[in-house]
Amino acid sequence: MTDSIALNAEPHYAARGGLMRWITTTNHKDIGTLYLVFSLIMFFIGGAMAMVIRAELYQPGLQFVTPAFYNQMVTLHGLIMIFGAVMPALVGLANWMIPLMIGAPDMALPRLNNWSFWILPFAFTLLLLTLFLPGGAPEGGWTLYVPYNLELGYSFPFMIFAIHLMGLSSILGGINVIVTILNMRAPGMTLMKMPLFVWAWLITAYLLVAVMPVLAGGVTMQLLDRYFGTHFFSVAGGGTPLLWQHVFWFFGHPEVYIMILPAFGIISEIVPTFSRKPLFGRTSMIYALASIAFLSFMVWGHHMFTSGMPVSADLFFMFATMLIAVPTGVKIFNWVATMWRGAITFETPMLFAVAFIILFTIGGFSGVMLSLVPADFQYHNSYFVVAHLHYVLVTGTVFAIMAAVYYWLPKWTGHMYNEFWSKVHFWLSVIFVNVLYFPMHFLGLAGMPRRVPDYAVQFTDLNMVSSIGGFVFGASQLIFVAIIFATVYGGRRAEARAWEGAHGLEWTVPSPAPYHTFTAPPEVPG
Amino acid sequence: MKHQWFRVGSVLLVAGAVPRTMAASLYNLPRGVTPISHEIYGLNLMAFWIMCAIAVVVFGAITWSMIFHRRSRHPKPATFQENTVLEVVWTVIPFIILLVMAVPAARVLLHAEDVHHSEMTVEVTGYQWLWRYTYPRWHINIYSRLADSSLRIAPLDSGLSPYSVPHYLHSVTQPLVLPVGEKVRLLITSRDVIHSWWVPDLGVQMDANPGLVNSIWVRILKPGTYRGQCNQICGWGHAYMPIVVVAKPKTQFMAWVREWQARHGGAAGHAASPAPQGS
Repeated sequence: MTDSIALNAEPHYAARGGLMRWITTTNHKDIGTLYLVFSLIMFFIGGAMAMVIRAELYQPGLQFVTPAFYNQMVTLHGLIMIFGAVMPALVGLANWMIPLMIGAPDMALPRLNNWSFWILPFAFTLLLLTLFLPGGAPEGGWTLYVPYNLELGYSFPFMIFAIHLMGLSSILGGINVIVTILNMRAPGMTLMKMPLFVWAWLITAYLLVAVMPVLAGGVTMQLLDRYFGTHFFSVAGGGTPLLWQHVFWFFGHPEVYIMILPAFGIISEIVPTFSRKPLFGRTSMIYALASIAFLSFMVWGHHMFTSGMPVSADLFFMFATMLIAVPTGVKIFNWVATMWRGAITFETPMLFAVAFIILFTIGGFSGVMLSLVPADFQYHNSYFVVAHLHYVLVTGTVFAIMAAVYYWLPKWTGHMYNEFWSKVHFWLSVIFVNVLYFPMHFLGLAGMPRRVPDYAVQFTDLNMVSSIGGFVFGASQLIFVAIIFATVYGGRRAEARAWEGAHGLEWTVPSPAPYHTFTAPPEVPG
Repeated sequence: MKHQWFRVGSVLLVAGAVPRTMAASLYNLPRGVTPISHEIYGLNLMAFWIMCAIAVVVFGAITWSMIFHRRSRHPKPATFQENTVLEVVWTVIPFIILLVMAVPAARVLLHAEDVHHSEMTVEVTGYQWLWRYTYPRWHINIYSRLADSSLRIAPLDSGLSPYSVPHYLHSVTQPLVLPVGEKVRLLITSRDVIHSWWVPDLGVQMDANPGLVNSIWVRILKPGTYRGQCNQICGWGHAYMPIVVVAKPKTQFMAWVREWQARHGGAAGHAASPAPQGS
């Protein structure tokens, strides 16, 4: 350890000044920061669209936007939050933390790393530019169902190209993570000794490399159908629109695990730290991650129960989907057992982690209900599904990302964040996120479809409650940004081991982490 | 504005008392009027209560831990890291719970998908943005679109209140009329993009795919008017594609058939939509 600190004290060639530092950087910490900042910007752009949606849904009747523009908001909100906010945030965390956690000096492929980040701003500029094209942005939903999606105006090729770029970025990022983890671990860091966050990302990276090409292939088929006279998705030419749904969800279901597995990893780091107790059932946690990833390839049909699949397929996908509840349950039980008889304190990362466990479990409950095919005939495409997916994605992944930011911010900036304001941020978020999403369960059960700008008057009251929750939850995130800024530019100095209960190599380097760390491999304890 | 805040407040109060208001359709699935919708309602409730039971156990353990195992009360953490028996138990028990739900779900599914021995057929075709209902046996052909009463209110800046008409966005020019008690097979397809035919009271949701035909059945047990709407995003008019089903006793249904035929020049009548009428 002393070696690496001594080396880091020397001036290093890489740190150019100004803008060029960020454009040409190959440093995993710089690139991690770029990803995280980009993700935060996208989080607010996608969030602004969600505010438009909630404002329009506050009352029945149209008040602010046309139905076509509403559909554009719905579509862009989905694409931006998934590909622009959640995934880049997780990749940013991977970039920052994986080398620090496995004792590597950097990612294995640093130039590729620069490239996989810098593709993203172009991809999202292209996607957002479609708002200014004649006919506006894509409006077929983030699921891009054909034939509706093929009827789009000028935005269609822009969107396809943007998706190709996002996919390329993810594949390159995934390859980099795999190569780094498999080749760059410090001596003694065996696979089974790796931190759970690293494990989760290793498995996620394989999922990325496996399914992003499927999406790329699918959208290319749409491009060919539209411009080159093929008939993949048209019955008249021997194709079928259901082919798109199969291709899309073969990508789409592993995709949801791409977004949740790293979150599982984050929670598995934070809960032991603040419980001051080792993670319970470490080995079974790793096997659970692997079996969730494996099963994720066999359940895509549960998004298509009302599409008219044969009953045998319905049955298969129902049983396979239910099976996923078993390893997911194991993870939740193990986190609870980790807290059990610990010496718990509730700093902000732990608050978000506990909220994650509880609220993600609620999302899991609605997930099990959705897996029952006949019940899905009622739940499908209703607000019940909207509630489910936002519980697992927002109070699941986004809460885990916020937990991770608070947890590692001292390591990144060398300062402790403001504990009072971060708790204000937490409590406002956790209360109003439930005011926002919980009524959606009822709306769905009562028969309100998703993706409508206007609704029958019996749905009014719950929509008002939900919108108020949305506005306050959205506004609360400004506190989050203010806290991050304040922590970057000041605050109490953080120690190398910012949390007394924290273990792991990242806490052996000073805070803030020097520009280059582990230039000589560290000793791995145990 | 004051009125709205009162409404929001009252909903928050009611939402706090959910279990007691479970029967109200604002907070739960409708029980519906077909054998399948009843079975689905049962499945939904079973799954809901099982989830509640699991929630009590899991959230109870978390809460206990948060209260009694915080550092101020429990300063010295335990050191255990695994317990094979426990881990096997909490792998096996969820598996059994899932089986308990999977078996009835599979049974209901097989029942819901069995379209054999239906007594009549209606073809349902989705268009942007209306439904066409065709009764092949009587050559009846109905175009069912959003009623004018809602259509006037819907546009941005119409200045009209959705509360001023009954069943805003859930009323049509001409409903689908079905006989009570008969097993009716619905053949569902689309002429443009994908739509979805969803009527919660009937326990039916089926996609209308262009070029493909899906079949599903209903047997309505109670006369009445049942409302739903398109449930697959299908363009800017997606929210304006309601479904209204009117179930009439068999004799009244046959009377309706004869009246329709008389109005449209007998059995040969393939004519398009007659004048709109509210429903």
